[in-house]
Amino acid sequence: MKRIIPFQEVVDAVSRLCGEAAVKLPADVLESLRSCAAKETRPLAKSFFNQYLENAEIAVTENMPLCQDTGFAVFFVEYGENVQVDGEGITAAINAGVREGYARYYLRKSIVEEPLFERKNTKDNTPAVIHFTPVPGDSVRIVLAPKGGGSENMSALKMMKPSDGRAAVVDFVVNSVKNAGGNPCPPVIVGVGIGGTFEKCAQIAKKALLRKVGTPNPDPRYAELEAEILEKINATGVGSQGLGGDITALAVHIEYFPCHIASLPVSVNLNCHAARHAEVTL
Amino acid sequence: MIKELTTPLTAADARTLKAGDEVRLTGIIWTGRDAAHKKLVALLEAGKELPVELKDQIIYFVGPCPAPPGRPIGSAGPTTSGRMDAYSPILIEKCGLTGMIGKGGRSAAVVDAMKRFGAVYFGATGGAGALIARKIKSCEVIAFPELGTEAIHKLYVEDFPLVVAIDAEGNSLYE
Repeated sequence: MKRIIPFQEVVDAVSRLCGEAAVKLPADVLESLRSCAAKETRPLAKSFFNQYLENAEIAVTENMPLCQDTGFAVFFVEYGENVQVDGEGITAAINAGVREGYARYYLRKSIVEEPLFERKNTKDNTPAVIHFTPVPGDSVRIVLAPKGGGSENMSALKMMKPSDGRAAVVDFVVNSVKNAGGNPCPPVIVGVGIGGTFEKCAQIAKKALLRKVGTPNPDPRYAELEAEILEKINATGVGSQGLGGDITALAVHIEYFPCHIASLPVSVNLNCHAARHAEVTL
Repeated sequence: MIKELTTPLTAADARTLKAGDEVRLTGIIWTGRDAAHKKLVALLEAGKELPVELKDQIIYFVGPCPAPPGRPIGSAGPTTSGRMDAYSPILIEKCGLTGMIGKGGRSAAVVDAMKRFGAVYFGATGGAGALIARKIKSCEVIAFPELGTEAIHKLYVEDFPLVVAIDAEGNSLYE
């Protein structure tokens, strides 16, 4: 017998997540901003850090979104194999929750229904992008990471040759952040995917953004690579808002995946300093 | 030193601002992003009148969140200015636009128009939408209401914190 979760329970939980994620900067991101503010030596950049911290406070006290770009609603869902959402099922429930949450919490609706011709706004921020992973058990873990357009637009993916090796990977990631300049609202968190197929590579870069800021990859070789890339990115001097400074990135998070003998895919997905996410387990 | 600035902004005033100047802006400014710019330029090219007089005015590249009850506006930080690069030069040249507010660098064509006609580009703090919303005292839709968040809004701002990112001589903090 599968455990049944009422449709409305998922809708309500997702709606609350939308409100929470938009307004409340996660504790690890706040902590990272505070410690980087202390390290920054350029006065202008330092004043931006102070504005980010003040903005985070105002957002919570006034229940106002941190950023007007409340994003594409991107979900990572671990869906227990012994659970079922009744009625129209979990995809419909998540979308209904997005519809409800983006209206209730006065969030911006930023999705157009078709990309090239009419670009007509769907007016309720649906559909969500949902990545499902089946897991054992009878619960559902829903992680929401709303993604703004400014930082998403600066993503990059390159199908490298295995012979290109480590140095080329470092250059590609550093140059992607450098070329993005002020557009993705630096200081950024840099999600890097290495390996997999074309689409898997992009997906793990995005997933890397969910890691607690500055937590190294458990594999020491990749942890060392993260540290090296972070140092090189900060040496570019792009700085806060692209207007110069010591801190261009708060962290570099690499995820890797097995890949084909012929391939070395590398992807970069950036998150702005308003690195929002919220989660619930039902 | 922080400079107090009020709108309207003449081309002569714009030329006194230097890259790196920190500014607190007070007065009326106009919102516009991708869709509104496309419509404005289409009207100009068709020889029609614009719904807003842009001479000596400042456009803020923003698509705000809906206003919660009792507030003039929701979260309202800048969007990426590069997407307006295709449209800004003609607004500077033909309409007398003297200021733009956004985030991120601008194209050589925009900077060239700024130099020739006297206009300045301000950086607002990306990702500080709640803080900026506090500086916006009133908000009214003026044109293209069908565009929703992308409509042209008339804003009255007080002490809006900005940095001169590119000045009218073409000096740029992005370089």
